[in-house]
Amino acid sequence: MADNLARVREEGVVHTPPRGVKAPAADAAVQGRLRGDKAFLGGVLAVSLLAVLPLVLILAFIIVRGASSINWQFLTELPRPMGEAGGGISNAIVGTIILIAVASVISIPLGILAGIFLSESGKSGLGRLTRLSVETLMGVPSIVIGIVAYVWVVRTTGHFSALSGGVALSMIMLPVITLSTEETLLMIPESLREAALALGVSYPRTVLRVILPAGASGVITGALLGVARAAGETAPLLFTSFGSPYMEYNILKPMASLPQTIFFYATSPYPEWQSLAWGASFVLLVLVLALNLVTKLVTSRWKIQF
Amino acid sequence: MDGDPEHGTRRMRTAQASDSAFRITLFFGGIVVSVLLIAILLSLVLSSRPALVANGFRFLTGSEWDPVTNSFHALPFVFGTLVTSLIALAIATVLSLALAVLMGEYFRAGMFASVMRTAVELLAGIPSIVYGFIGLFFLVPAIRVVQIVLGVPPFGVGILTSSILLAFMILPYSASIGREMLMLVPSDLKEAALSLGATRSETVWKVSLPYARSGIMGGVFLSLGRALGETMAVTMVIGNSNIITANLLSPGNTMASLIANEFSEAQGAVYLASLIEIALLLFIISTVINILGKVVINRMVEAV
Repeated sequence: MADNLARVREEGVVHTPPRGVKAPAADAAVQGRLRGDKAFLGGVLAVSLLAVLPLVLILAFIIVRGASSINWQFLTELPRPMGEAGGGISNAIVGTIILIAVASVISIPLGILAGIFLSESGKSGLGRLTRLSVETLMGVPSIVIGIVAYVWVVRTTGHFSALSGGVALSMIMLPVITLSTEETLLMIPESLREAALALGVSYPRTVLRVILPAGASGVITGALLGVARAAGETAPLLFTSFGSPYMEYNILKPMASLPQTIFFYATSPYPEWQSLAWGASFVLLVLVLALNLVTKLVTSRWKIQF
Repeated sequence: MDGDPEHGTRRMRTAQASDSAFRITLFFGGIVVSVLLIAILLSLVLSSRPALVANGFRFLTGSEWDPVTNSFHALPFVFGTLVTSLIALAIATVLSLALAVLMGEYFRAGMFASVMRTAVELLAGIPSIVYGFIGLFFLVPAIRVVQIVLGVPPFGVGILTSSILLAFMILPYSASIGREMLMLVPSDLKEAALSLGATRSETVWKVSLPYARSGIMGGVFLSLGRALGETMAVTMVIGNSNIITANLLSPGNTMASLIANEFSEAQGAVYLASLIEIALLLFIISTVINILGKVVINRMVEAV
């Protein structure tokens, strides 16, 4: 019985009779319904497995195809011209890191600020408007964001640049960070804030030194999720950072990135280039999935418990 | 220092000053997102002005897209976007409903539940470009085989190919929202059904799903928003042909992939502005769909 109670708490409802109780023999109609019940579960299971099958397929294929094209040369060399074997994607790896850094510098402070604002005064008129704006921004197609960054930065400066790519990615990261920060800060109990204020701690100090540190896990999660999302984005980079065959450190110049390199090589007709695309996909996938898993770890380790 | 009343007031004043400075900073953080969104809309409208003037309302109804004659009309792309997204949505809804029932009803806790949950999260995390690449290498040849068997031109790429790929890309969103909505169904309702002798599947069909219906619908809307704006994967497998056709096996084009393909090569002010007008249209459609989804979900969450 105690065993069943524990299961009730865990699963909500228990459907097997307690031990020792024998189910009465059922007539044909009931047996039909029971069979239907089993068939339903079987169907749900089968369709669910079909739905996650691509994950297995993608992981397996990219690991097999991608890992075989990864070697030291691949990670450290520049791409070679068509027809020459070998070559690497070092410029794309560096480019993606720089693009993410630019985007993070813009979006992380703003996102955290907006998140604090939402959790502090989300119920006010401006708070509601802000939430609506953040959610709308979250749903803006990334290609549209790319066009906007093009209009704002590329048209103004007159040339493609990593800076414009970073601006585009920052607009994609911003709502992710904001919503995650807000969600976490809202879970922090009022008593913590009241205790700080009762001790005479000023309001800014209460927010910055008590509430924000208590919600650090959510803020970090938001930043990591934002980075993971931005790292895989291709569409907004097509006409902002544009791509480059050289190793580029200057953010005012066009720059290569992993997703764009994959796009370029994957759609080319040459097998050597396609194998570069598999390798680049492997690197990108490892980066993105690792960020996702770290995020999961952060949330489960530092879960807010009071 | 003690007994100096001035000192206390001064401290109080600095505290008040830093307090209001902090509030102003927060206020700025809040308003900047709304300003950003308005700026996005304004820039899209302003930069597409030459096209808005030149194309007029015919933009939405005409079906020709020819940079040579400067005639730009959005219908084939709106059609392509809606058809691929809706077919993808139909496939994804079936798949994600099964996942939602599995994760929100049958396996709420335990090893299998967390494996499935992680799998769905990772599916959502895979970049669109990787989906496109895999689609190009798996799905396109597979569809080509089907087309050869059917005796139709074996393009491989096309509307159906894009829809299938899109379905798998958007299903994590509706699956995890569906799961959350099913978790919100009060257990006394389900227990009442079970105690009346309903089987578990009957409880799912007749109690849980009807109860969570509106929330699940909201999730479906949100994933539709995703599908509409999805660019790279679709660009790689749709075939880029600007026609309106009822034949799902033929190539097509969407608003997002049109922009991705032509924007960096567009010559001439009206051509470029017309592409931005397409972006404006895409922005409006997906924003409306997203807000609808949010409203439905919020109503469900508040009702519980």
